[in-house]
Amino acid sequence: MHEGAPINPWVALAYLAAGICFILALRGLSSPASSRRGNRFGMLGMLLAVGVTLWTHPVANWTVPMNWAEVGGAIAIGGVIGFVTARLISMTAMPQLVAAFHSLVGMAAVLVAAAAFLNPVPFGITDAAGAILQVSRIEMGLGVAIGAITFSGSVIAFLKLNGNMSGKPILLPMRHVINLGTLAAILGLIGYFVTDQSPWVFWTVTGLSFLIGFLLIIPIGGADMPVVVSMLNSYSGWAAAAMGFTLHNSAMIITGALVGSSGAILSYIMCRAMNRSFISVIAGGFGGDSGAASGEAKEQRPWKRGSAEDAAFLMQQAEQVIIVPGYGMAVAQAQHVLREMADKLKEHGVRVKYAIHPVAGRMPGHMNVLLAEANVPYDEVFELEDINSEFAQTDVAFIIGANDVVNPAAKTDKSSPIYGMPVFDVGKAKTVLFIKRSMGGVGYAGVDNDVFYADNTMMLLADAKKMVEEIVKSLD
Amino acid sequence: MDFISILSIFVMACFVGYYVVWSVTPALHTPLMAVTNAISSVIIVGALIASVAPIMGATGETSKWLGLVAVGFASVNIFGGFAVTARMLAMYKKKAK
Repeated sequence: MHEGAPINPWVALAYLAAGICFILALRGLSSPASSRRGNRFGMLGMLLAVGVTLWTHPVANWTVPMNWAEVGGAIAIGGVIGFVTARLISMTAMPQLVAAFHSLVGMAAVLVAAAAFLNPVPFGITDAAGAILQVSRIEMGLGVAIGAITFSGSVIAFLKLNGNMSGKPILLPMRHVINLGTLAAILGLIGYFVTDQSPWVFWTVTGLSFLIGFLLIIPIGGADMPVVVSMLNSYSGWAAAAMGFTLHNSAMIITGALVGSSGAILSYIMCRAMNRSFISVIAGGFGGDSGAASGEAKEQRPWKRGSAEDAAFLMQQAEQVIIVPGYGMAVAQAQHVLREMADKLKEHGVRVKYAIHPVAGRMPGHMNVLLAEANVPYDEVFELEDINSEFAQTDVAFIIGANDVVNPAAKTDKSSPIYGMPVFDVGKAKTVLFIKRSMGGVGYAGVDNDVFYADNTMMLLADAKKMVEEIVKSLD
Repeated sequence: MDFISILSIFVMACFVGYYVVWSVTPALHTPLMAVTNAISSVIIVGALIASVAPIMGATGETSKWLGLVAVGFASVNIFGGFAVTARMLAMYKKKAK
């Protein structure tokens, strides 16, 4: 097929069909029951898009056996690495994996844009004189910029989530000026690229974009990582969409728009769950590794300590127990024994529910996956808005590895750093059982929690996993 | 396709994305991110075109190799993304009655 030949309508239709498959893939996720079918639609869409490209695009070149070998080899190597990683990765490491995958999408976008820049004719983006079309230059410039930002930003997010780099925000002096200046330079150069397609313009845009991705993410602290991962998800979509514009490919445009909106919505949900504005997250500086900034020592207040036997007795007598897990539970690897405890309680006729805060894990929906892995049925797991009114009719609220998300200061104390964040009203339950390693440490936000000292609270001071194991023993 | 038709597809798809994603249950937000990761690797289409394109000009050869590396990266994501999504979704079970 020669460039300039009319586009085969069947090819365009196949790409459109692939785009529709991707829409159905996301649509399937509206419930766990339909989700697996949705995922298969996604695979079908990808097969269709790749198949059509291989089949039709530059047919003449497919008579060259070397092309088959090279492309097949690249797919095989990448495919094996991806597949094996996906099988071996632990569910607690999911945020890192997703960040790593985002960086690959970003890099692929950069490489494709660079390839199109270096050899534009086969992409059909040149005019009669052989120059790259002006509109394509803008699309290409935006594509390479967003791709590069996605790449370097995701690499930093990966290093922070994986613990290779401290979760503490790194705050450069004058960083806002530097960032805005770099951003303005990138946009200015993309504008200039329209009039001058010299290689230096393209590569400077690429280089500056790698730099700004890096600069944007280093000042963002560990506590805001769920927002960052969602935001980079969004960027990876916009990068794909920009390349779709360059290549006039509807499958890429539809997918890019879907992924871009998805990431944006998830970022919004995460921001709302922490009562943080998007701007303040981007500005950075919130949340270190483990809430190092604990407030000045308040006067010692009395609190009650309970044992595993006490907890077991209280829960056995209960009609309903609501478990509020936080990321501390996953760190202690307590999810499996927690489910055993719930099973034992159910044998005693207790109704058990799980209450999940949107930021309970380290990425959106992370806690749900961790519980699902421990065989907790998904119809026992409830979101904040759905279960919060039930605490008043609940006998025991069982808090494990969570802290800020049950802190009433978010509702009452205007000076608190977490003020305005939606929290669970655990205090309304008849009894609150609060598992905590010690009375010293406080949550990410570094604020004391009145729930510790409430009359109806019993503190269970121990490692989460050991404590739950002992409760399970006492339940026999 | 002219620019306006492409832009129309894009704008419509943004709206579709907005409504579809709001209908995703929060319990499946992690699989949502994993699967969006996999499908955004449809960028492999561009990488494939670059990999097999007729080599033109002095930089054509470089372009081809960039394309092949991009095919490899996108493949990691496609296989890894769909596999890890499938693995997660297989864990979501209902209460045994």
